[in-house]
Amino acid sequence: MSTELKQKKQTVSQWVKSGDPWVWLNAGAVAISVIMVLGLLLLIAVRGLGHFWPADIERGTYSLPGSEPYTLIAERVESTEVPAAQLREAGIPVDDQYDLMMRSLMKTGNRDVYGSDFRWIIDEYFTDITKPEMLFAAERHEWGNLYGYLKAVKEGGEVVAETSDLTPTDSALATWAAFEQSIDRATDIYDQIHEVEKFEIGEINHKLERLRLEQRRLELDGELTPEKLADIDAERAEQDAKYEVLQQRLIELYGQINRDTFVVQVMDGSIHEMQVAKVVRAYRPNAMGIMAKMGFYGAKVWEFLSAEPREANTEGGVFPAIFGTVMMVLLMTVLVTPFGVVAAIYLREYASQGFVTRTIRIAVNNLAGVPSIVYGVFGLGFFIYFLGSGIDQAFFPEALPSPTFGTGGLMWASITLALLTVPVVIVATEEGLSRIPRSVREGSLALGATKAETLWRVVLPMASPAIMTGVILAVARAAGEVAPLMLVGVVKLAPSLPLDGNYPYLHLDQKFMHLGFHIYDVGFQSPNVEAARPLVYATALLLVIVIATLNLAAVTIRNHLREKYKSLDM
Amino acid sequence: MSTKADQKIPELDFDTPALKRHRKVRALKDRGATVGIAIGGSSVIVAVLLICFYLVYEIAPLFTGADIEQQNSYPVPALEAGKSLYLTSEEQVEVGLRVAENGDMIYFNAANGDIIEQVQNPLGEPTAFAVEANTSNLFAFGYADGRVLVAQQNYKITYPDGERLITPSIQYPYGTEGIQVADFALRDISVRDSEDSLTIAAVGDNAAQVTRLDKDVNFITEEVELTESSASLPYVDDTYSLLISGDQRYLYMATRSGAMTEFDIRDMDDITQKDQIDLVEGDAQLVSMQYLLGQSSVMVADTSGRVTQWFNVRDDNNVEHLTFIRDVQQTNAIVDVAMEHRRKGFATLDERGFVAIYNATSSSQVINEKLTDSATGMISFAPRANALLLEDGQQINLFEVDNEHPEVSWSSIWGDVWYEGYQESTYTWQSSAANNDFEPKYSLVPLAFGTIKAAFYAMVVAVPLAICGAIYTAYFMAPGLRRKVKPVIELMEALPTVILGFLAGIFFAPFLEEHLAAAFSILVVLPVGILLFALLWSRMPQGIRWMVPEGWQPVLLIPLIVVLGWGCVAMSPMIELYWFDGNIRGWLGDQGITFDQRNALVVGFAMGFAVIPTIFSITEDAIFSVPKALTQGSLALGATYWQTMTRVVLPTASPGIFSAIMIGMGRAVGETMIVLMATGNTPIMDFNIFEGMRTLAANLAVEVPESEVGSSHYRILFLAAFVLFVFTFVVNTIAETVRQHLRKKYGSL
Repeated sequence: MSTELKQKKQTVSQWVKSGDPWVWLNAGAVAISVIMVLGLLLLIAVRGLGHFWPADIERGTYSLPGSEPYTLIAERVESTEVPAAQLREAGIPVDDQYDLMMRSLMKTGNRDVYGSDFRWIIDEYFTDITKPEMLFAAERHEWGNLYGYLKAVKEGGEVVAETSDLTPTDSALATWAAFEQSIDRATDIYDQIHEVEKFEIGEINHKLERLRLEQRRLELDGELTPEKLADIDAERAEQDAKYEVLQQRLIELYGQINRDTFVVQVMDGSIHEMQVAKVVRAYRPNAMGIMAKMGFYGAKVWEFLSAEPREANTEGGVFPAIFGTVMMVLLMTVLVTPFGVVAAIYLREYASQGFVTRTIRIAVNNLAGVPSIVYGVFGLGFFIYFLGSGIDQAFFPEALPSPTFGTGGLMWASITLALLTVPVVIVATEEGLSRIPRSVREGSLALGATKAETLWRVVLPMASPAIMTGVILAVARAAGEVAPLMLVGVVKLAPSLPLDGNYPYLHLDQKFMHLGFHIYDVGFQSPNVEAARPLVYATALLLVIVIATLNLAAVTIRNHLREKYKSLDM
Repeated sequence: MSTKADQKIPELDFDTPALKRHRKVRALKDRGATVGIAIGGSSVIVAVLLICFYLVYEIAPLFTGADIEQQNSYPVPALEAGKSLYLTSEEQVEVGLRVAENGDMIYFNAANGDIIEQVQNPLGEPTAFAVEANTSNLFAFGYADGRVLVAQQNYKITYPDGERLITPSIQYPYGTEGIQVADFALRDISVRDSEDSLTIAAVGDNAAQVTRLDKDVNFITEEVELTESSASLPYVDDTYSLLISGDQRYLYMATRSGAMTEFDIRDMDDITQKDQIDLVEGDAQLVSMQYLLGQSSVMVADTSGRVTQWFNVRDDNNVEHLTFIRDVQQTNAIVDVAMEHRRKGFATLDERGFVAIYNATSSSQVINEKLTDSATGMISFAPRANALLLEDGQQINLFEVDNEHPEVSWSSIWGDVWYEGYQESTYTWQSSAANNDFEPKYSLVPLAFGTIKAAFYAMVVAVPLAICGAIYTAYFMAPGLRRKVKPVIELMEALPTVILGFLAGIFFAPFLEEHLAAAFSILVVLPVGILLFALLWSRMPQGIRWMVPEGWQPVLLIPLIVVLGWGCVAMSPMIELYWFDGNIRGWLGDQGITFDQRNALVVGFAMGFAVIPTIFSITEDAIFSVPKALTQGSLALGATYWQTMTRVVLPTASPGIFSAIMIGMGRAVGETMIVLMATGNTPIMDFNIFEGMRTLAANLAVEVPESEVGSSHYRILFLAAFVLFVFTFVVNTIAETVRQHLRKKYGSL
């Protein structure tokens, strides 16, 4: 580079001597880092977003040498090229003519029929592939997806529509229309049942539990007079009566929802009759146009964001996890902001700047580098086992031996994460305070303002962008942190949200779901990892988007802040 | 002018009561703010520092010794029945049991010695006595007529009037008539009982006999039917102690001088003599030979004050041999040894009256105190090892023992320990098992090793990339590009590690397994490719070269690297086919290298990814803030850019780079989710890049939620957390100090 201006060409040894090769290698390191980040984001985005796209269903004949050929109806999940030797090693009798072969993972669905949703195939033996329009996929409440041909729809055992065609003839389309109508009806009733079970009965259960605890508390205090007991019993009877009514309604709804059935022919040719109520949605991807697919895609994304998980978290949405993450982060922010700012103000403005303060500053700084799992261990030991069980003994003796605050929960998780992120806020705020020129402070003091007034009216407003930056960085860190949460209150499936319509509305003692833990749990602890994987990618994408947005906001605010005070710098 | 103003507002008075009050309020507010902020600020700091103290508070009990304190002392109940053969108590230390020389079994109140019940021996005065095991509550008497009676202590707990009442009784599981095992007078016996069989070994004045009762459940009547078989043994002169092994396979017969003969008694029709071992050194005499909890280790005490531990170790031919493992030494002759019921601990009483409590695993003495003046006596642990009974012939003394964590010592955590059932001493972490008499293995060494291994591979990946990248970004890169690259790397830092771990475990590990050849070909192809490209580029006509301005090389390289990388992946099956017979894993196996799918290579990449931005930004900062005067001077003297870089910039910035690496390492050591998800989490000690590991942090995440509060396991996990805390804290402090020093130095330039 340094010899760029010379007209004569360098020899190779001159080029090496000039150090240019090393510069290029360093440039390579930057390029590799950038490629890694962008590649990773791209990977998550493609996999996460691709999950919701309705893939075509392929139908063909699979004839592996040495085994019976059969018809395969499946979605293609992924394909890789492998050496044939590896396949032979694994005991698959492939022909000698091949050196390399394509191996694909196919989703056949119908776990209730075949026992598993997926099978690996070798593409070279999968022939006569077509994509028939009448093939349909149905997402179900249990047993995963269903793939096959619709044969008939029945209403209370009576055939409503029926077809024997596998092509889109009138009768086939009419049957499909009847099926869709039936699904709509069933979904409607399903929602009603859900409403009753989750909210109305949930409320009654909550009240009954509170009555039980009240009775127990009175008993422990020795104040359980017959009058009070009668009151409690009366109220309990009232709730029981309400429950009876709801129970009746449920029985009725269940009767209605189980009315319709449909008949389906799956890939091995066998015919199965199933309940329409089990179907969440049915679609024929091979017959869908690009617009229809986009509409479907939108609906799926919305379901992912707004619905509850199904089938051990491997299907459905992640709404409770989003909600839990947001609640936890909000509580943490409420805790960490005032405390972090006060500590920073104390260190920078009030404490005498001696050796002790310097040491404390370095210590606080370094706490940001202490592994998060250590905070988790501390949270479990100190907050939950030490403080929590103390609180239970003192305030919730009626619930013992089942712990109230003596077990992981929203409050302890928030406090633990607040402790984890408080150094971030302190450091950022201190930096903001140190950037404010002395002259500004002195000006305020010279005009007769007290120190507190200077702080409140002049210094803090000027430092507010720095505080914001610190808080946003703290939030971003807290949102992505999983290890400590695993110890202090995150669960794979929480029965209810920590915020609901039952007194005291915000349940600080409740366990909650979290996006990051959801990724860990579904990706690694799930019984059906293969089926869950696309959903985990989608969850990961969501988390990345949230955290990237927060970080970009922090960067923007920081830059804005620097611009603003540039003129004040001497 | 001033006079004018004075005239204009003559009534301006700063000392009106309202203004005074206002000033007072302001001053008060100011003082309030000062106090409030001081209290708030320091309490936050204290709360944060509390972590350190709390961890120490939880760990401290591990390393504090035991405590023993006398509770009660009373005369031996029913002393007229003779001295004690056996002394024990039940779970709550409310009821004690003394088996007297005349065969009577005396239940007494452990607090004051009042006799609760004195059970007469149904067969009269015994000539021999043996305890089956502390945990089974079984013991046996041998008589002059060759019979053996098996008895069992039994406690029924009821709650009349809400108070606990313990009713003791004696049962005879094999009947009150006894079992005829020999036709000679029994001098010593040993009994071992299990669900399948009962084995009794007996020795008389000149004969020895072993008898086994096999238990079969009759599946029609569901009654237990006993089948008896017996065999006589070669008589060893001066036999002093008998012991049947826990699996009823071996019989150890030791003389007073410690010569032990081992018999294989698994097959009663074919009893063979096995090893002969001298259990006692020198002139010392054998005092007792009994099993430690779990019936795997034999503890031998002698008159020289030595207690030795022996257990069966398999040799190369897979044959078990009783092997000396370790010993502890008391200064005086040992009088009695008592075993803990639920831990691998024991206590010794010596002739000066000193009681010492030991733990076998950690071979540590937790206490040694003089408790009696008597030269003879007997000691016994309560089942929970929270009390010790000491009988000195006249008095029974009840001591309270506070000995929470004897199995943990500095050497058992960081040293190698020979565990029961192992062929040699090892560093092992195994905190729990299905059975109760399991020996917990709390060596933090494999976890620390795993932590270092993971951090090492992560640093191998991260350090070159991050530092080279930072050098380029800070010094060679065009400012326009730098403004774009820095946020990308910062974004990398913000990525939650759970996502990196998930991708490493779910995507990268299987991908790497399939394209192992690609991973290594990339290592060679990329640098060579970049250099070749650079060479070609320098040969290009100037017109083309000037199209890309200085400091934009990475933009040129990005497509090249993508193409090369993709090429390597695409070529991977071919490489595998032509060099490794199409199966690189099989090839590795042939070289004796084990391959796990989730291995150190995967962790190295994933954690390297997490660490790169940390190292990158600190290094970049350090290099960028090297004063321009230095570099310009160097360039002015005719040095090339690269010479300036290596001779001027890097030496100046090296403390900053050092602190960057330290901070990066601190992060790699404490990272939890990536290792949790991308390794198999097996605590092995092998530096092989294709095997996994278990790190301290991942171990915490896995085990803390299920460990019992206050147990040794729980406290050791806190110790692991403390180790992590201290390590990262020290590393970061060093790095931070170096950095501040550097900053000061630049400031003066």
